Amino acid sequence: MGEFMNIFIKSAFIENMVLAYFLGMCSYLAVSKSVNTAFGLGLAVIFVLGVTMPINWLINEYLLSENGLFGQDLTFLRFILFIAVIASMVQLVEMVVEKVSPALYSALGIFLPLITVNCAILGGSLFMVSREYNLSNSIAFGLGGGFGWFLAIIAIAAIREKIRYSDVPPALRGLGMAFILTGLMGIAFMSLMGIDPAVFAGPK
Amino acid sequence: MAEVKNVEEVKEPLFGKVEKKLITDPLNDNNPITVQVLGICSALAVTSLVYPSVVMSIAVIFVTGFSSLFTSLLRNAIPKPVRMIVQLVIIATLVTFVEMALKYFNYPVYKQLSVYIGLIITNCIVMGRLEAFAMANKPWRSFVDGIGNGIGYGAILIAVGVVREIFGKGTLFAGSPIEMKLIGANAGNVEYLINTAAESGIGSWFGWYTNNNLMVLPAAAMFIIGIMIWIQRSYNTKLVDVS
Repeated sequence: MGEFMNIFIKSAFIENMVLAYFLGMCSYLAVSKSVNTAFGLGLAVIFVLGVTMPINWLINEYLLSENGLFGQDLTFLRFILFIAVIASMVQLVEMVVEKVSPALYSALGIFLPLITVNCAILGGSLFMVSREYNLSNSIAFGLGGGFGWFLAIIAIAAIREKIRYSDVPPALRGLGMAFILTGLMGIAFMSLMGIDPAVFAGPK
Repeated sequence: MAEVKNVEEVKEPLFGKVEKKLITDPLNDNNPITVQVLGICSALAVTSLVYPSVVMSIAVIFVTGFSSLFTSLLRNAIPKPVRMIVQLVIIATLVTFVEMALKYFNYPVYKQLSVYIGLIITNCIVMGRLEAFAMANKPWRSFVDGIGNGIGYGAILIAVGVVREIFGKGTLFAGSPIEMKLIGANAGNVEYLINTAAESGIGSWFGWYTNNNLMVLPAAAMFIIGIMIWIQRSYNTKLVDVS
């Protein structure tokens, strides 16, 4: 349990998907104009990440690796299989959202199917493989990463709603400001891990 | 937007006006990163050094070009409801190919780029161009459009990489055969293919500079791209976001 919480907290805050690895930036920047839609997309991402991560873990372990079903190293199929799992999960989410909340469905529009190409989802699965997580670790990583993504998009959406009333130079308005705000948030989140004094000390 | 009307069958030059526009448009007016806001993830994550950024750009140009070509060839045969999955399979195959090639030819850079090579699959530029252009245009034009967008992406990637590496590490092309030490403590050691340390040159003027470690952090990339957008939009005022 300790390890589970450890990975959860770490992937949600310190190694935040958006703010430390820049995964899923496209939808993060495009859907963060209002808190309401950002909230819905954030929940969808938590769900998709939380579900695809264990499924992809099982596929990787029992189909693709050498001690899997076929007894051969099939890791070159990883990208194709992972993306197929993700695409079908997103399709599922799309159907559920359309049934449960048509308003949210129309607000999210094209960005709901685009969760498929949200780098955070595939990136999470690939990180899971490269870090050699086990099943419970990958569940923690999926939920934590999704939660971190959710937090980041809610925060930036809230800031962007307010910054509309500020006097930003015209050329920087909108996208440019969103980038700079994300950079500042990245620094803030980084300090959650505690800053290594050596980072700012310069070369010896 | 880069929209091209289907003209009747007239003999056209292989590289006419339309193709030229498809190449130049993504460099400024319709840049995938600063205007369309696609494919940001890798733009930020791999740019702390120039060399991996160059490799990444080449990989993306390859994938955008050929995925557009293949999608365009297949466009009349793909049924609408499953088109995303077909597109993803095309992209994933090409990316697998790139990954294998890179693993074989340049293992250190493969290690450095880690998961981001795989993430070309979910790079929105690739998918975006397939949806917006390749599904409606002829193969050659789609190929050119893909290459053009890849170049527009690569240009930003390398620009960010150059700024981050020079100010963050004081080097240029670190890790590649033409590694150079430009500024900082050991400035002036411009190393070319063989390790000959030069005591003169532009590098030696900047001996006083201390590396700015903020530039190595991911957040710096956000600031740099934000400032790039600022500069671009102050010159190209029609891009300014009025909302």
